[in-house]
Order: sequence, then structure tokens, then C-alpha cells
Amino acid sequence: DLKSVLSLSIQNIPALRRGKHMGFAWGQGNIFVYETLFKATGSGSPFIHEVRKDEDIYSPILRKLFNESHHIFVGLQTIREDLPSKNKKPQFVSISKNYRSVIRACMEELQQVAGYPLIRSVLLQVSILLAIELIWNLCEVLFIDAAPAGSLLLHLLDWVRLHKADVDEKARDVLQSDSPAEHRDYWDVVVSYVLQGRLDEARQMLGKKATLTPAANNIFKMMDNLLSKMPFYNPGGTQTLTEFDVKWRHWHEEVDRCLQDNSFASNQHLEVLCKILLGDEDTLLEHKDLLGTWYHFLVSRLLFCHPTVKPTELHYYAQSCMTMFLDSRSAPEPLDSILLAAFEFDIHQVIKDCSIALNNWWFVAHLTDLLDHCKLLQSHNLHFGSNLREFLLLEYASGLFTHHSLWQLAVDYFDHCLEFGRVYLELQIERVPLDTERKALKVLRICEQRQMSEQVRSICKIMAMRALRNNRLGSALSWSIRAKDAAFATLISERFLQDYCAKGTFSDLDLIDNLGPAMLLSDRLTFLGKYREFHKLYGEKRFKEAAKLLLSLMTAKIAPRSFWMTLLTDALPLLEQKEVIFSADQTYELMFCLEELTSSLNTPSSDSDKSMQEEDVELTKVELLRLALSRNLAMAIVKEGTVET
Amino acid sequence: MCHIQSSVCFSEVWDKSESGEWLCTASWKTHSGSVWRVTWAHPEFGQVLASCSFDRTAAVWEEIVGESNDKQRGLSHWIKRTTLVDSRTSVTDVKFAPKHMGLMLTTCSADGVVRIYEAPDVMNLSQWSLQHEISCKLSCSCISWNPSSSRAHPSMFAVGSDDSNVASGGKVQIYEYNENTRKYGKVETLMTVTDAVHDIAFAPNLGRSFHVLAIATKDVRIFKLAPMRKESSSTGPSKFEVQIVAQFDNHNSQVWRVSWNITSTLLASSGDDGCVRLWKANYMDNWKCTGILRGDGSPLSASSGQPISTTVGSSLLSQNALNGISAGRIGRRAPFAPPLRPLTSSKIDQTPAYY
Repeated sequence: DLKSVLSLSIQNIPALRRGKHMGFAWGQGNIFVYETLFKATGSGSPFIHEVRKDEDIYSPILRKLFNESHHIFVGLQTIREDLPSKNKKPQFVSISKNYRSVIRACMEELQQVAGYPLIRSVLLQVSILLAIELIWNLCEVLFIDAAPAGSLLLHLLDWVRLHKADVDEKARDVLQSDSPAEHRDYWDVVVSYVLQGRLDEARQMLGKKATLTPAANNIFKMMDNLLSKMPFYNPGGTQTLTEFDVKWRHWHEEVDRCLQDNSFASNQHLEVLCKILLGDEDTLLEHKDLLGTWYHFLVSRLLFCHPTVKPTELHYYAQSCMTMFLDSRSAPEPLDSILLAAFEFDIHQVIKDCSIALNNWWFVAHLTDLLDHCKLLQSHNLHFGSNLREFLLLEYASGLFTHHSLWQLAVDYFDHCLEFGRVYLELQIERVPLDTERKALKVLRICEQRQMSEQVRSICKIMAMRALRNNRLGSALSWSIRAKDAAFATLISERFLQDYCAKGTFSDLDLIDNLGPAMLLSDRLTFLGKYREFHKLYGEKRFKEAAKLLLSLMTAKIAPRSFWMTLLTDALPLLEQKEVIFSADQTYELMFCLEELTSSLNTPSSDSDKSMQEEDVELTKVELLRLALSRNLAMAIVKEGTVET
Repeated sequence: MCHIQSSVCFSEVWDKSESGEWLCTASWKTHSGSVWRVTWAHPEFGQVLASCSFDRTAAVWEEIVGESNDKQRGLSHWIKRTTLVDSRTSVTDVKFAPKHMGLMLTTCSADGVVRIYEAPDVMNLSQWSLQHEISCKLSCSCISWNPSSSRAHPSMFAVGSDDSNVASGGKVQIYEYNENTRKYGKVETLMTVTDAVHDIAFAPNLGRSFHVLAIATKDVRIFKLAPMRKESSSTGPSKFEVQIVAQFDNHNSQVWRVSWNITSTLLASSGDDGCVRLWKANYMDNWKCTGILRGDGSPLSASSGQPISTTVGSSLLSQNALNGISAGRIGRRAPFAPPLRPLTSSKIDQTPAYY
């Protein structure tokens, strides 16, 4: 159908030759394309093209829109469900106005942006925002505020006035001129004021002409009189709608009498005004240029023909006004269709048309969400049981997720999509590029808050792997502890120990010293922690405790056999102190360990490609140890056998 | 990172620098025949690639972090960890299984054999053991794993065949892991797909109870596979209700590649017509084309010394988007007056939010 054809967009990629295939790869919110030939040989092209969908999220000014509307959105979600709808209406209207003021603020900022290269895209954005605000405002009047007959017209008048501000500019020009009543735009301003129902201002303006033409004083007075007496409905007053209607008809008849009497025949402009006040279609249509749009025509016509219009009658007037106003040649624009659908109170059509015509999900997502809270949407059942509101919010949030900082806003949106929000979040949060540790921690916190344990594990594992590859062992270790990945922790502990053997010092002491209960994650990690503790004790000259710990590392089998030689070598300085540190029993145990070690070293399966030199070093070490152990044993026996006198 | 492979024996890896520039950080000869496919492993396993080629092998590569100034100069080094030589014919596709299955690599070959390898020690990429060898009877061209890690169903993959003989039956087969036999068994053949299949792709699951599979054949097809409820005592293979959800012949020619974006909200396809088309479902689950990327036919410019030209996305916005805004409006600031025709025909759609 026509709509779907119109909704297609086509992008040309430069420098991609005809007759070649286009390869592609999805990125984060973008797609990469390149020239290639599937299933064939031949040279490829050295070019890749990055095609990105939404430019909006990259606009710094629109970012404010996203941020502030996010704030409003979250506030809306937390309105208590148990209050009756009647009490909530003012709240919803207020929220709607908040959204609109954010849009307006954005528009204002955009309009201040200078710089030639930006102008076209900026203007486009401004015009889109204008349209969005126009539509939103109408939806607020018709759906959220749901004004009844009487107030309805007043709201529509406000709506039109807000969106046709060029009148004020013109008026300013006229008033600032030397002789306003003779300004060429003078009558345009007067008529425009009347068309918008701004009768006081019209009267003021007319007054200037009146003083200039004293001869016509009478008719100006008459017009002034008519204008001053036009009744306007007061919703807060005591007058009922019916009473107002009666009063209005009387006034209308009076104006009609003036026209029939040719009272204004001597002044063509005043006669035109008179006809307008009667709501004469032809006269109104003669002022198309001042009205500007068919919906202005609609509101003006209603103002002067049927001010007590009921919401249900609107669509009839809207359709006919649009037909009358637009040339038979020009087809209605998307905006026109949307507004018409609104006047017909076809909310779903409004949303659908907006989705197709506008270029981002922001508008439809937030508006639909608000309308849903007002209980105005019937939820259509989807295949997987979700509803329209959630569908749009998910689309919007997914789009945000591709942005390097706005993705954090998206999280809240997913949180408030009860059916699929979580699974979408789980999928997308794994794809957030973890460029920095800070960002990774941010992502982690979000996952941890939501008990997304698999994502937590995965992110920690990715970071640990990355750190390990870059030889940042401390970082790798802390990430694997956070991931509760015992296997990885073991691996990294091994690396630490290997490093120690090679260099004689530990890196990342802070981390190892403060492992705490995390030490228990893996045996090797426990050993690493305890081994470091040994070093600390030694450094603090708490030799007896250090010795006890060292021995226990071997006897409790915490230390891997491969490390025992190192441990025994570490014992040497303790053995060679003047004071006896290892007791006799402890010394026996050390000797036992040494024998265990050397017997395994002497087995045929031991490393045969050790050089002669290495073997020599090993043998020397063992000899040294045996000697030191024997000496210590002797001293210990003597000490323990001595009776203190 | 993004990768591109050129089909003459070389692979290239491209990296995005901090300034947003794309640089080719590595380019090396991967195989002795045309490289058909290259694929990344999950970053949990480090920076690992696998490639497959006409030369009957598949290879696993790992990035080695070199000297620090290498990184600054935008260079990285990749070394081959293993070559898998079991296939006797061209290896047409290589894919890593979903990460929850561990580090597993799957290849399929022109002789119709699918092989599944596992690296029991993820830190040692040179040790892979062949866990499964499955004969599909038809020449295979593509595989896709179901990415879902849900426990509701066993691991599953789909194989496509480029056998062009219509009489030899359905060209897409679905295999599932059977806990009892500890093997992969065929659970479904898509009998309606009888033309050669060039690419298949399971969509990410997103909490649905059914699976979605896209197929690149003489057109683009999207299937829905809904598992049928098993009787409580049944331990046999799953049964599926297969339904075609969409079929598009817009490419008007063979479709070579299909791939889902991250959120599985968009499907991209590439065909013989030299275009990439984007497909999207609205909330009523009706699929439509929402975008076309096509070459403008202009010849290549710039010397080959310039590695890339990033035509950074002007978004999918057509050139004449601003037609409706008259010249008079530009210049004078018009506060809040809606333009006469604020929205021209929907040519200004960027992502036609096809709803």
C-alpha cells in the first residue's frame, strides 16, 4: 500500500561499483558495508562505509531533550496506581505540559544555533520538533485534558494562538512604525487578531484607525461595540453551557442584523470583519494566507459558527474544513492526516501515522506511554503478549543504547517494560563497549542491582581476560574474583607466583594483602595470599610466626609441590639466624619435606632437558639446605634440652 | 572491532581509534585459498578469530599484544593457534557456538559434513578436540547456532545446503543435542526450501517461546519454529511447528547473506543486485522492507595507499528532504510558527519507524 512505499528510505553508497556484491556487518547501532563478491575470487575494495541510522542521538542539543524527558518519564512511572483516575488527570496534564516545555526549550536552543553547515539539518530538526509539539498539544487538549463542549473551543483557540505567533511579530512591526494605522499590514493584523479570537487586541488596534478617521467614528464605534459584546464561555463561572449558547445566539443575530442593514457598507474592511464574526465561510477562505493552515480555519470557523462544539462533532467539521481549505490538487500531508486522526479521536491512527512520518521513536514512545497511563489505549495483543506501549518504548530505548553515554537512560526505560524489558536489557548491556574500567564498573553496578548474575560474570570475565592479555595481573585478579571465576583466579595466581620466582618481588601488593575472604576462591589464590602474608611477617621480623606459616604451607598442602623448593629456600635465612627459630619438631618436618621433594626430583620422570648448570644449582641448593637444617636441628635440640636455671 | 575479509587468501582486521578513525590494524595471509568466512569468538575468550577457506582448512587466530608502541602505531599481531584439517573439501562456514557452551567451534564443508570442535582449556587455543562429526548428506554452505541460552530447550543449530537440485529435498536442516545419546540429531528439515541456500541466521531470542530463522536463498525467507509440547514421558527429539513468516524477492536475484542486528529488530540481506536491504517487523509482526543501501555505481577513487574512506553515515536521509521548507523561512527567525508544510512526503524518514 501507498504508506509502506512512502516509508521506505534509500541510501546510496558512493564508490561501490555496479556488478559487485555489497558485504555488510552489523555494528553497534550502525552497519558497515563494503564491496565484495561472494563465492568468487578477485580483489576486493579497500573501502568500508559506515552507515548510521539515527543522527538525532548524536545531536548535543537534542541530548537535553532525551535527558530531561527521561526524568519526566521516570516520574510518570512512579505515580501511584491506586488513586482514582479523576484525581490523576491534573497530574497527567501537568506532565504533558512538562514534556511540551522540554520540546520548546529544545526548539529555542536549536534556533539559536548559528553556523552555516548546520543550518539545513538544524532547520529540519526544528520543523520536526514544531510538528511534534503541535501534535502533542492537540493530543493533550483532546485526549488527556479531554475538554468538554465549551472549554473545548477555548483550548483549541489557545492551541492555535500558540502555534501562529507570527501575528505578534507583524503587530510589533505595525505598532513600532510611525503611523500604525497606515501600515500596509495594519488590516492583516486586525483580521488576524479577530480570527484568533483576540478581540481586545483587535479593538485596541482598531482604535488607532478610528482616531485617524473621525468621519467614520460611528461605524468604528459600532464595530467596537460588537467586538466587546462577543460572549466567551467561562468554564469556572456559574453560567451553564445552554445559557451561554443562548447569549451567543443573540449576539450572533445582532451581528447579522448589522450586516443585513449594510451598516458597514462604507468601509470594506469593517464589512469583512463583520462577515468574519458571522463565520462566513467564503470570507474566511478569502483569508487563507492569514489563516495559514486548515486547522486554523477550523478553529476560527468553530469560534464564529459553533462555539459549543462537542468533542464528538469535531471530526465532521475537521474533515470538511480540510477539504475546503486545501486545493483539490494538493494531497494532504502526513501532518494533516495525523491531526485529522486526532480530531477523529483515533488514537491508534495518530500513533501509527506519527511512527511512519517522523524520524525517531522519541515522540511516539513518550506520548504513547503517557496515553497508556491515562488508560486511553486498548492494548492490542501481540504474538508474545506485549503491548503497543512496550513495543515503542523498547524500540526507543534500543536506539538510545547505541550511544556512548545515553545508554544509561535506556536502562530505566527497559526497567519499566515489564514483559520484555529485562531480556532486552540483558542482551544489550553485554554489547556496551567496555572502553574503560570506569565504564565497566558502571555497567556492572547496573547488572548487580538487577541481579543479572550471568551478565556480571560475563563482563568481569571479559575485563579479566583483557587485563591478563595486557599483563596487568592485579587488575585481572580482581576482575576474576568479582566474577567468582575460580579457574581463572588460579591461573592468575600462578602467573603471580611465576613472576615472583623470576623477579623476586610481587606486583600489586595492595591487592594481595587485602584479599580477605576472597582468598578462598581458589587454592592457588589462597596460597598466594598466605605466601604474601609470610613475607609480611618476615618483614616485620615476626620470625616465629613467619616460620610457622611457612611450614604449614607445605604440611597443609596449600603450596603446590612445584613451589616447595622456593619455600625451602625462603626458609634458609630463618635457619641461619643466631636465634633458633624453628623448633626441633619443626626442623624434622622441614627435613621430611625436603626428602619428599628430592625423591620426586630424582625420579626418571623429572625434567631431562635441564642443563648441567641448572642441575648443579639444584644440587647445591639441596646441600645448603641439608646443612642448614642439620645445624638448626642441633641448636634446637640443645636449646630445648637446656633447663633454665 | 569490525573485520573484513578479502576473498583472496588475506584477512584484515579493522579497529576504531579514539578519534573515531578506522584503521586497518592487521592484514595477513590466512589461507592458501579463498577465505570464505571469518568470525569472532566472544570477548570472554579474549581476542580470537576463526577463518575457513577453500583450501579445506579452518584456522583459529589469537591477537598477541605486542610492544606498547605497536598499539600506538595501530598495529596488532595475530598468530595462528591451530589449523583444523579434518575436512576433505572446501570448508564453507565457521561459527563459534554460543558462549554458554564453552569455547566450541563448528565448521561445515562442501562434502556435507558438520564438525564440532571444543577447546577444553580456554587458555590453550592450540588444543581442540573433535567432538562431533555429523553427515548432512547434502553439500553444506552455512551454519547458524541458536544463540538462546535458555534451559527450556537443548542446543540447536541449523545447516543450509547450496545443492541446487530441487529433487534432493529440503535445504535447511535443524539439529538438536540429545541428552540421552549425547549426540546431535536432526529434528527438522524445512521441506519448502528447495533452492540452494547461501546463508542462514537464527535471531537472538528475546524471551520468545519460539525460534526465528532467516534464510538467504533465491529470496529472503523468515521462518518461525515453535516447539510443540512434548508428552511428559517423551524423551525423544523435539517437534516443531514450522511456519513461514515472511518471504521477499525484492533483490530479484540470489540472496547471499542474511544477518540480524544486535536486538534482532532488523534483518539485513545482501543479494546479487548489489544492494543491502533492511527488514523490520512492526508490532503486529508484519515484516516490511525499511531501507535499501545500494552502490551508486561510481568508480573507485583514491590510491590504494589510503586504506579506507569512511563515508560516515549521513543517516538514511534522502537529499531532497528539505524541499518543503521554503526559502523565505531561512534567515528570519520565525518563533514557533509552524511552517506551511512542515513534513514533506515521508522521504525525510530516517529509520522509518515502521510500526
